[in-house]
Amino acid sequence: MNALLEMRGISKNFTGVKALSGVDLTVEPGEIHALVGENGAGKSTLMKVLSGVHPHGSYEGAILFDGEERRFRDVNDSEALGIIIIHQELALIPLMSIAENIFLTDPPARFGVIDRGAVHRRSKELLAKVGLDEAPDTLITNIGVGKQQLVEIAKALSKKVRLLILDEPTASLSEKDSAALLDLLLEFKAQGIASILISHKLNEVSKVADRITVLRDGRTVDTMDCSEGAVEEDRIIRKMVDRDLEHRYPKREPHIGDTIFRVSDWSVFHPQHADRQMIRNVDFEVKRGEIVGIAGLMGAGRTEFAMSIFGRSYGQKITGRAEIEGREADLSTVRRAVDAGLAYVTEDRKQLGLLLADDIRKNITLANLAAVASANVVDDVKELKVAADYRTRMRIRSHSVYQETGKLSGGNQQKVVLSKWLFTDPKVLILDEPTRGIDVGAKYEIYCIINELADAGKGVIVISSEMPELIGICDRICVMNEGAFVGEFLGSEATQEKIMRAIMRQTDKGPAFSSPAPSSPALSREGERP
Amino acid sequence: MSDAALKEKPSHAGFLKNNLREYGMMLSLFAIMIFFEVVTNGTLLRPLNLTNLVLQNSYIVIMALGMLLVIVTGHIDLSVGSVAGFVGAVAAVLIVKLGVPWVPATLICLLLGAAIGAAQGYWVAYFKIPSFIVTLAGMLVFKGLALAILAGQSVGPFPVEFQKLSSGFIPELVPDAGTLYPTSLAIGAVLALALVWQNFRARARQESHGIETEPYGFFMLKNAVFFAVIVYFAYLIASHRGLPNVLVIMTALVALYGFMTTRTVIGRQIYAVGGNEKAAKLSGIKTERLTFLTFVNMGVLAALAGLIFAARLNTATPKAGLGFELDVIAACFIGGASAYGGVGRVGGAVIGALIMGVMNNGMSILGIGIDYQQVIKGLVLLGAVCLDVYNQKRA
Repeated sequence: MNALLEMRGISKNFTGVKALSGVDLTVEPGEIHALVGENGAGKSTLMKVLSGVHPHGSYEGAILFDGEERRFRDVNDSEALGIIIIHQELALIPLMSIAENIFLTDPPARFGVIDRGAVHRRSKELLAKVGLDEAPDTLITNIGVGKQQLVEIAKALSKKVRLLILDEPTASLSEKDSAALLDLLLEFKAQGIASILISHKLNEVSKVADRITVLRDGRTVDTMDCSEGAVEEDRIIRKMVDRDLEHRYPKREPHIGDTIFRVSDWSVFHPQHADRQMIRNVDFEVKRGEIVGIAGLMGAGRTEFAMSIFGRSYGQKITGRAEIEGREADLSTVRRAVDAGLAYVTEDRKQLGLLLADDIRKNITLANLAAVASANVVDDVKELKVAADYRTRMRIRSHSVYQETGKLSGGNQQKVVLSKWLFTDPKVLILDEPTRGIDVGAKYEIYCIINELADAGKGVIVISSEMPELIGICDRICVMNEGAFVGEFLGSEATQEKIMRAIMRQTDKGPAFSSPAPSSPALSREGERP
Repeated sequence: MSDAALKEKPSHAGFLKNNLREYGMMLSLFAIMIFFEVVTNGTLLRPLNLTNLVLQNSYIVIMALGMLLVIVTGHIDLSVGSVAGFVGAVAAVLIVKLGVPWVPATLICLLLGAAIGAAQGYWVAYFKIPSFIVTLAGMLVFKGLALAILAGQSVGPFPVEFQKLSSGFIPELVPDAGTLYPTSLAIGAVLALALVWQNFRARARQESHGIETEPYGFFMLKNAVFFAVIVYFAYLIASHRGLPNVLVIMTALVALYGFMTTRTVIGRQIYAVGGNEKAAKLSGIKTERLTFLTFVNMGVLAALAGLIFAARLNTATPKAGLGFELDVIAACFIGGASAYGGVGRVGGAVIGALIMGVMNNGMSILGIGIDYQQVIKGLVLLGAVCLDVYNQKRA
């Protein structure tokens, strides 16, 4: 059988930096081909070459599609052949309807006038194909990320897709949404649509992929065939990082002390809808030297809980009592929460964590400028020493502390945000999705930092959607669902199954959620909550 | 910590490339000045004209300081021209019609400016109404109010003491010095020396901590040029009538705002708000209050500019301040401020204002009509910002 796509010896330079050197990639018709590699390995660049974002002539090598050499000048050329790429950052227009978004570039029209009936009808067909039960005239802004992803796929289908490229499609999806999306890929495969799946989540990759290509430092390391049985995750990781990661989670001997942080009867209401209770009178505590995980699906209320604690940054009508080291703490503003010894590392580094146009130094001291200033004048030498110190300690890879944070990789950006909060010398740290979008090597470093913090006697709270991560690093895991804690496990006893069961047991009680099996794609997805 | 980590000395070329933006603007100002000096056959830098240039542009520079902060926080203030005109009108009514002494009248006017800034900043900061809309409304309101309280008439003249605010010069201490004003020249020289001394001290301090500094030759050249330019301008100014009062006020304000934006905690926080408001807020910065304060500050500076302008014309007219906002905003953007917030320097805004001022002045001397002056200024604004964006993309 002839290959659908063949990329031969693709090389690409960015002003002196070699991004790709001689990469080969072959995709057979109707296969799911996974592309994995650390951040910066060249996955996205390769896909940009394929889709025509980097036009012919700006790279070396050849692209063959249907056995013919193709020279794409721009994205329109590749789309005309049915090569559709869905980027990590969704390209939907929030205040337009689902149907308008699906037919944004090429709506069915007569004499330049859009045929609204046809738009509606065809949108409905496409939505049915991707299994999205929403009216076509619903605005994008009113549906969750999981559903938006499906709209993107419907949009791709409207263009007669033959090769679908998904860049980190499940990065911001809950487990259930991810499962549904992967099922959809399998369905497409049955229809003969091939896909290229870029993902950091190796468990997903090994579940659906027919073949896996590993990129490292702009080169193809290996292409593994999964047909002879599942490929071990550790084997993939070894190829990705070129070092033996015997343990993905660093070992640690916990030394747990007395309670350092406790909230009781904590209750929060939705910021716009005052009658919707988002956090339902929960109790929660962390001990000195303890790492506590909060597990749950997206929308369970984990981030809302954390942000409501941290200076009431979320919600209204917040009631409850918070204690730090046994004394009642005033957490009514971010400043007071910081002064009380709390730090919160947001889940969204770029939007909520960093000044991307500013350098590493200014970002690190931002939350505690008073410590590098006297009489409100910043002491630049002191500041520089602090920044340089954290750069060394946290191993932030950059040419100097004057480097813009917007130009760092995800892992290094996260280290800058962590440095910022460590510099406030907190007693309790809340880390919200600390390893999202970070490659395997940097993840390990972040885990080591988390362990060090706990060993230094701080209380650490980790919110994560990746259950293996929680199980790997936490001493205790609390499971949250619909604004309440529904289960608690010791880290040594927790399993993914137990956690999922705790969530499902609770969810099944609700009338809106009738499907029983946790992995069923028919189950209520994130964003379908009212 | 290893000090070695800090020592990453860049090459001369690398240093120039990294700092091209900063010095590029200054070089363009010099180039424009030299250009007009040549085509006007030396009229531009004649002591009389130079003094006039300062007097004509002082209020734009002063407002640009406030506007820079507003733009850095990610907002805009369209009302400054109207506010300046309105405050000038209030000053005229207070001093000329009601006979209030000029000192309390000036203070009342500055407080009025603060109140106007607070009123507008309140809606922007706490109610999140786009500043474009709030200050567009303010522009109409204060233009109308100025007309109303002046009843459509010009009101003047002001007492001599008040006029001195803008047309006065610092007193000469040396009697019978002939055509040169030695005190002014001395102040200029002392200022230049102080600046150079400050640069050397900062460099020594940085070096003693092993911090990366600019190449030595470049540093020396820069200081020599600074010193020469300041002393030369002081000499030119001193050979007319000495330092104008308004230049003293302006220089003090530029120094104050320069220090505030680069060295103080509040300055750093203002840039953080503009760079990423949500991140700043989650870092414990009171973003609303800072936004509010930048508008209050803008109001005070607009009021001061209004007073200087009224004192210069020696009358308050309903048309005073018309279109100032455009020159002020243009000065900030020519000076490298970003329309998205978080980026911009006081030095840049001042240079931007001076570029506009020199072009106005030079083109007027050449006899270019007001029509084509505007066309050229518009193109310079667009060109400057395009160049800036191009430079950033390349970096």
